[in-house]
Amino acid sequence: MKRIAYPYLLWILIFTIIPLLLVLYFAFTTGDSQNFNTFNLSLENFKKFFTPIYLKVLLKSINLALVSTILCLVIGYPLAYIISREKPKNRNTMILMFIIPMWMNFLLRTYAWLTLLGRNGLVNTVLARLGLPVLDLMFNDKAVMLGMVYNFLPFMVLPIYSVLTKIDKRLLEASEDLGADVATTFKRVIFPLSIPGVITGITMVFVPAMSTFVISSLLGGNKANLIGNLIEQQFRWTGDWHFGSSMSIILMIFILITMAITSRFDKDKEEGGRLW
Amino acid sequence: MVSRGLKKLYVFLIFLFLYAPIAVLIVFSFNDGRTSGTWSGFTLRWYVELFKDPAILKALYYTLLIAILASIISTIIGTFAAIGIHNMPGLSKKVVLNLNYIPVLNPDIVTAVSLMALYRFFKLDFGFTTMLLSHITFCIPYVILSILPKLKQMNKHLAEAAMDLGATPFYALRKVIIPEIMPGIVTGGLMAFTLSIDDFVISFFNTGNGVSNLSIEIFSMSRRGINPTINALSALMFVSLLVLLLIINKRTENH
Repeated sequence: MKRIAYPYLLWILIFTIIPLLLVLYFAFTTGDSQNFNTFNLSLENFKKFFTPIYLKVLLKSINLALVSTILCLVIGYPLAYIISREKPKNRNTMILMFIIPMWMNFLLRTYAWLTLLGRNGLVNTVLARLGLPVLDLMFNDKAVMLGMVYNFLPFMVLPIYSVLTKIDKRLLEASEDLGADVATTFKRVIFPLSIPGVITGITMVFVPAMSTFVISSLLGGNKANLIGNLIEQQFRWTGDWHFGSSMSIILMIFILITMAITSRFDKDKEEGGRLW
Repeated sequence: MVSRGLKKLYVFLIFLFLYAPIAVLIVFSFNDGRTSGTWSGFTLRWYVELFKDPAILKALYYTLLIAILASIISTIIGTFAAIGIHNMPGLSKKVVLNLNYIPVLNPDIVTAVSLMALYRFFKLDFGFTTMLLSHITFCIPYVILSILPKLKQMNKHLAEAAMDLGATPFYALRKVIIPEIMPGIVTGGLMAFTLSIDDFVISFFNTGNGVSNLSIEIFSMSRRGINPTINALSALMFVSLLVLLLIINKRTENH
């Protein structure tokens, strides 16, 4: 019976493993990206990356992704907690309501902020009507951060929520019986038990935030280049696939490190990672 | 009492944050003016314009065609793969499951450029075929992940009983196993369909020759600024995806 999985194994080989090896190959070679015969082994791409211009982009990507992740945690944890305290019927409705906006196309959700905060957007039109100066709310790093928090907040809330609802109620009663007040119960019982959800949430926000190029190109204008934008430019416009690949490898290493750190805390992967 | 009100306010503010942009988008898709912010009367003209725009219609055609083909093919491959993986011994099962997770965990952009490198290597022309193959690739893992739990729940002696009673393995597969895991297959297929319809990053990198999908069109239109036709498009897409996903949700709840 296991033999019927073989076509898929072949598929994995061709469409998952070989492509990643090719990216690795591109990253460690230079030459004409169009013609495989011209490739020479070299570390040139990595040397090029580790110069101030590109390192600055990497740092900015890490910085924006980190701040967005922290914001998602700070905003999302209380929400997950509040929802998890509701009656089962209410909380299912609330979670459904929370997920519905996610079903909108990712680009449209991001674009929606332009109609709200853009130069001709709702907020500025209202301000202009009131005779107030028009604000430059879009096309800066804050707008990118807003886009990240908006798009990825559910990835933080849902894993935390799912862990919080699974906490054994008797533990909370026991803590109360032993004289702990609400704050102590939260600090000593609830929060420690919710750590796996927090960790999953952090990974699920940080990874897409770190690698996005859509949010930064829609809301960041030309000023907000992230590592995702650099990779996009190399593959779509500049045509230096070697340099683009080396940046993809660097991005992947960062993501792998994040996951390695977080997976050490994360015992409940199957449950915590479920989003649908 | 105060803290209860505070909690309500907090939840309300977050929901406002989540829904406000979408609501504005949809409301202004019925607005007669070009800018959002000034209401110049109700109109359906953006919807009419939408259905007259050849680029959008073509993109819609490719989006649906690719979503249908990708979900059917990935469901077939994924179903067989899931049954096969389920019957593998411990270690190889673990290895294959981890490989299966690669496209799920890898950042979209890395999956996208790695597939791009693959097609370049095999000298495939970028266009419909490459986009379809890419979609199948990122859909299969999700199909497998939604079928595996059903296989785990299934009584493993059922298939054995069928074969003891004289069924060939293929007959047992067709008449016993597949009907048992059908809910998982359908959910997986629907999920593949929505993932494919919604995809941007992987399609964006792996298309060419004038083939594009709705996400790619939205991306290029929105880079040019606010355009009420996009609002109309988003309203339509939101409503249709909402219906589709409510069906999936209902299914997962029932089973």
